[in-house]
Amino acid sequence: MPSATHPSSGSAAAPHLRVRYKNPAERIVVTGLGLTAPNGNTPAEFRANLLATKPNIQRITTRYMGEVLAGVCNYDALKYQKRKEVRNGTRAGSIAIYCAREALADAGLDLAKMNPARAGVYIGITEHGNVETENEIFNISQFNYDTKYWTHHHNPRTVANNPAGEVTINLGITGPHYTIGAACAAGNAGLIQAAQMLRLGEVDVAIAGGVSESIHTFGIFAAFKAQGALAHHEDPNKASRPFDRDRNGIVISEGGALYIVERLSDALARGARIICEIAGYNMNSDATDAVLPNPDRQAECMFAAIARSGLEPADIGLISTHATATHQGDAQECAALRRVFANCPDTYFNNTKSFIGHAMGAAGALELAGNLGTFTDGLIHPTINLDNLDPACELPNLVSGQTRPVSGVRAILNNSFGMLGINSAVVVTSYQGT
Amino acid sequence: MAVAVTTPDEVKKIVLAIIADIAPDEDLSNVKPEVRLRDQLELDSMDFLDIVMELRKKYGIEVPEADYPKLASLDSCAEYLLPKFGK
Repeated sequence: MPSATHPSSGSAAAPHLRVRYKNPAERIVVTGLGLTAPNGNTPAEFRANLLATKPNIQRITTRYMGEVLAGVCNYDALKYQKRKEVRNGTRAGSIAIYCAREALADAGLDLAKMNPARAGVYIGITEHGNVETENEIFNISQFNYDTKYWTHHHNPRTVANNPAGEVTINLGITGPHYTIGAACAAGNAGLIQAAQMLRLGEVDVAIAGGVSESIHTFGIFAAFKAQGALAHHEDPNKASRPFDRDRNGIVISEGGALYIVERLSDALARGARIICEIAGYNMNSDATDAVLPNPDRQAECMFAAIARSGLEPADIGLISTHATATHQGDAQECAALRRVFANCPDTYFNNTKSFIGHAMGAAGALELAGNLGTFTDGLIHPTINLDNLDPACELPNLVSGQTRPVSGVRAILNNSFGMLGINSAVVVTSYQGT
Repeated sequence: MAVAVTTPDEVKKIVLAIIADIAPDEDLSNVKPEVRLRDQLELDSMDFLDIVMELRKKYGIEVPEADYPKLASLDSCAEYLLPKFGK
């Protein structure tokens, strides 16, 4: 099925969008967004800093390891929480609450006027519980490991549903909540779960995406370092270098992005502002290795997501890549991308981790959020820190260094891949009114 | 513990300082010592466990579960805890 072509360069193909689900009750749209990233605490601030090529990575001191590089968020936790709630809860819960409240406000939804039993919370996480457990073991180490000093807060803080549960308590939501453990694919997984639950009629409003508090552990830093995968650079903002010949690993970050997701029919009925449509998605597994990715399965995942959206690869104007700046991971992903997007002259690629590091459970959700502006502002933010492209990471139309004007992007593919060979791809399209 | 705690008022100050950490949003300036703390402040059972834990960590004082009701008000805290500070 041919896609439309444009005579001038710098514009993506404007496809005839063949929507798979014709019934508006089955079509899924995003109507609100709330986020915190190391370089932005609102979608507008985040987008502006991406377009202006402003990263924000810092040096932090972590237990036992001294100085490490990390993406740190500085959202105002007291905007939606009392001090006691911040003290008793977790950082991931706090990030989730901030993002959820911001997203609901952005969507123009007032929970007081909604049926709280018809809202659901689906949050992707890479891990949860490491921060609290490390803290408590350090705590009792100060008392000769006497476990009577172990906190009664430990269990509610460490159960894996904690970040989603804290959202329900803060917002008074009585519908379902849980987190989805999907490694670095978790942000996409949250969105996918929302789409599925809405189609099943389980809820009417889904708060979905991903969060991460991982910079507050030392174990994750130590483990990546042991794998030779922890980035180092004398300039923290230059440390995250996807596709660069001199990349040397991951910058770990915290953050969150939560979306308000609804069925199109409900969004139209209440006159909601529609940010985009979740047109297609897929998840699959490498079934190969605990750590090393498999480009064949990654390509399959992308092909399937695109097909389920009713599109062709050439219809995708922008791919928000996963690339974490590991040697093998970046190269494998590019091999998969070259296969999927062969002969796609109007398809562009970029990478948000070059700005914000790897936000773990929040990564996919934040990276997609940082690219949604392309639908309206006609700009594609670059991947930065790409001084010397690794030939293994060659991609046609890789937007590097500076923001590029590209009009007519109607579909974005967001990749996220994680350990144990978990792969996810989400295709979002600009909603055109039909 | 460097400083000896010898008066009920000193005990009450210590308990209020602990509560200030546990319930940082509360205004503690008008807490009535004879009234149950739960009737004046938003404190739940997890918060009382926090008080017990801080007494253990900071002052080496153990409060068995059967004695939790003795922490109900500042006055009862002072009466119950003062002898324990002496040990």
